[in-house]
Amino acid sequence: MMNLKSIANLSLKGAAFGAALLLATQIQAANTLRWSSAGDALTMDPHAKNETPTINMNRQVYDTLIQRDENLNMEPGLALSWEPLSATSWQFNLRSGVTFHDGSAFSAEDVKFSIERAQANTSDFKAYVNTIESVEIIDEHTVVINTKSPDPILPSYLTFVFMMDQTWSLTHKVSSPQDYNSSEETYAVRHANGTGAYSLAEREPDLKTVLQINPNYWGPAAQIETIIHTPISSAPTRIAALLSNELDFVLDPPIQDLKRLNAQQSIKVTSVPQIRTIFLGLDQGAPTLRSNPDLDNNPLADKRVRKAMYMAIDIKAIQQKIMRGLAEPAGIITAPGVNGYNKALDTRLPFDRKQAKELLAQAGYPEGFKIRLDCPNNRYINDEAICQAVVSMLSKIDIKVSLNAQPKSIFFKTIGNNDSDFYLLGWGVATLDSEYVFRYLLNTRSDKIGTWNRANFSNAEVDQLIAKIQQEVDLTKRDQMIEKVWQITKEDITYLPLHHQVISWAMSSKLSLPIVASNEPLFRLATYKK
Amino acid sequence: MLFQGAHLNNSLKPRLWNIPISALSSERVLKRWQGSGLGFVFVLNIVGAIGLAMYKFLLQRLVQGVLVMLVVAFVAFAIFHFLGDPVNNMVGESATDADREMVRLQLGLDEPIVVQYIKFVGNILQGDFGISYRTRTSVIEQMAARLPATIELSLVSGFFSILFGIPMGIYCALQPKSWLTRNFLVGSLVGISIPTFLSGLLLIYLFSVTLGWLPSQGRGGLISFGWWDTSLLTLKGWSYILMPALTLCIYQLTLITRMVRAEMLEVIRTDYIKFARARGLSNYIVQYRHALKNSLVPVVTIIGLQLGTVVAFSIITETVFNWPGLGQMFIQSIEFVDIPVMSAYLIFVGAFFVVLNLIVDLIYALVDPRLRAA
Repeated sequence: MMNLKSIANLSLKGAAFGAALLLATQIQAANTLRWSSAGDALTMDPHAKNETPTINMNRQVYDTLIQRDENLNMEPGLALSWEPLSATSWQFNLRSGVTFHDGSAFSAEDVKFSIERAQANTSDFKAYVNTIESVEIIDEHTVVINTKSPDPILPSYLTFVFMMDQTWSLTHKVSSPQDYNSSEETYAVRHANGTGAYSLAEREPDLKTVLQINPNYWGPAAQIETIIHTPISSAPTRIAALLSNELDFVLDPPIQDLKRLNAQQSIKVTSVPQIRTIFLGLDQGAPTLRSNPDLDNNPLADKRVRKAMYMAIDIKAIQQKIMRGLAEPAGIITAPGVNGYNKALDTRLPFDRKQAKELLAQAGYPEGFKIRLDCPNNRYINDEAICQAVVSMLSKIDIKVSLNAQPKSIFFKTIGNNDSDFYLLGWGVATLDSEYVFRYLLNTRSDKIGTWNRANFSNAEVDQLIAKIQQEVDLTKRDQMIEKVWQITKEDITYLPLHHQVISWAMSSKLSLPIVASNEPLFRLATYKK
Repeated sequence: MLFQGAHLNNSLKPRLWNIPISALSSERVLKRWQGSGLGFVFVLNIVGAIGLAMYKFLLQRLVQGVLVMLVVAFVAFAIFHFLGDPVNNMVGESATDADREMVRLQLGLDEPIVVQYIKFVGNILQGDFGISYRTRTSVIEQMAARLPATIELSLVSGFFSILFGIPMGIYCALQPKSWLTRNFLVGSLVGISIPTFLSGLLLIYLFSVTLGWLPSQGRGGLISFGWWDTSLLTLKGWSYILMPALTLCIYQLTLITRMVRAEMLEVIRTDYIKFARARGLSNYIVQYRHALKNSLVPVVTIIGLQLGTVVAFSIITETVFNWPGLGQMFIQSIEFVDIPVMSAYLIFVGAFFVVLNLIVDLIYALVDPRLRAA
């Protein structure tokens, strides 16, 4: 029989063992950050895919000449400083003593190589570097970038051009991004050699990506040693894994769960307005409506109709009921933080059903008309619900809208084929400059520019202004022109802005990770509370 | 489920076995093999037992199988057209119309579906399944990496449903009035009515979030044998597979329980069972040797085919539990319109059903001596 002493002894040992075990797990937790999001990076090739989750993962491993801090201000990255030499050339002074993860040194050669790689036919970042004429190597740590024409936004675009090692790329035959036509996977899809705060330790696409701290990182040392990303497409499962402490951070918690998550002691939720605006597009350029063959003209071409539709939208209801407060009503398609944004522009026409009815009557549609609204159902936060609300709001002024909500791959095909009269779209401003909105949404469409201008809006003055904005190096003058474009298109009611999306991150309350409006976590800034 | 219906028609009409035997010489060879004691080879035993019409039957089935797969691939190709535009998913928003057109031309997406299909089949015949539009990795490699997860999940789930389903069915048939039977039957109704994603989430909420016993998602505790990673050899591995396998087995479990019960009840009513009882055979022998064995014939068919459906349609379960199997891969491919992966997956599922049907037919003949024609 066991006596009391031995029981006490045993339980003491047990407790010590338990404590040791607990300590062990805590130590492990302090050095590891396990996180999840719905989708994985699509490739580790830093020039192959211009898409946020992919850029996001690459940004932990690769650096750019100029980078953005957590407040999206530009700061020196691999370039210590940069200055315009003339209207069409920029000098970049590179950081010395920087090494890639494989130990080789970073130099001017790599800058030239990387920019040219980003210009390759198979690169998805061509649009960001297409004004670059040549990259001149002055010495090992100095390059001059010559542009075909003055390009005031070049520094902004360069925050997306990741620097690769020329020798590594040549060795592994990845001197250009993957070609879809080839039947073989290139080395750079699953391997990476950057200069970033983390190196790629393990990569199983769609399953798991492990990043390991880079001890030779040039910047302030990161605190967390290992970052493990597991994509989990089912949102409830992602949240369950966070609640059961299998994850430390979830990038995209569904907004209906935020309240419940915040109520948990062990979890905190942070939110910030994202640089993305949700809006409705109205095809004013088409001769007739595709979705209503009974009409022999296009009511959307009449500004009064567009204004009526604008004024019929009760944006407060959408913000409160559908977005649960996590949206900022918008007056222009650009969010705070973007160059060219100002509060005075970001104001809405009042919600006024009576006046909307009157406007419709004046335009010759007292009985309203029928139209189809095309809407994605898996692209933006609560996209389909927003569209449903818009349908019922417009029905109050007798515009009979049929909703066509579809998965994004079909929806974007409809938009791409110019098959929509009326659609919901979101636009983020990658360069944080209004020009990025103008270039894609407002310029008259051609196969080079105005790609997303499915409002088929065309205004010669706006086109001229955009062309000037793209080349004006005097920033005061440039900002005046930007404001002018905003005013013209706001006056024209080219689009019906709805709201700026607000993003939320959910994480363990022990974790400190600054939320970034670009929705790209900077893990080098993450720490655990002691 | 097209395959299932087609199969049942075939297997319930054993006319295919009545094909005249032409391969007489091989029959002689076979008999000699058996006679000389080489008959221990299981497959040969089956073939030998069933008769030599089997050769022709097998061959016919294989040809049919290839046809089925070609048709599956073609139908798939025709459907892909309606899934949307892969190009838009492949290039970023900054791409111009000219860039998009270039990718479209590169991939041959501008060509008629028939031409695309023929090229696809041609490439497959050369062993080239292409690279995924989405992950840019080799399709065949991607599928091989995910195959073990799906196969193991299906097998464990199938094992659970047989382990619990057959005894429950027998009990329900033998003790039709017991309260437990009533509970089983009501429970099975509930089980068949709750959608998989809901039962999965309920399990996660109970065992992971509330109790903290089991991991909520993923696959772990892996041991590798070459390219095959198994999670069945470690306790940790089982902690990951338990919940998804249970979720996936609920439907099959109820199906098997109800089938065994119905078949047993029918067999018990037949004359030969009454006669067996009259002969004074023990309850055990009557129930298990005569009744059970005879009720299992259709059950075997269903179990076999259900294993196919489990593999093919574990999509929801794999998504809910983030189980890294083929189903999860397929659903991600659909969202992206990843044509190479979707085609390869559908061809795989087609092949799987064909092989499974074949095996079921063989076992069927083995269980039911009446079918051993020739």
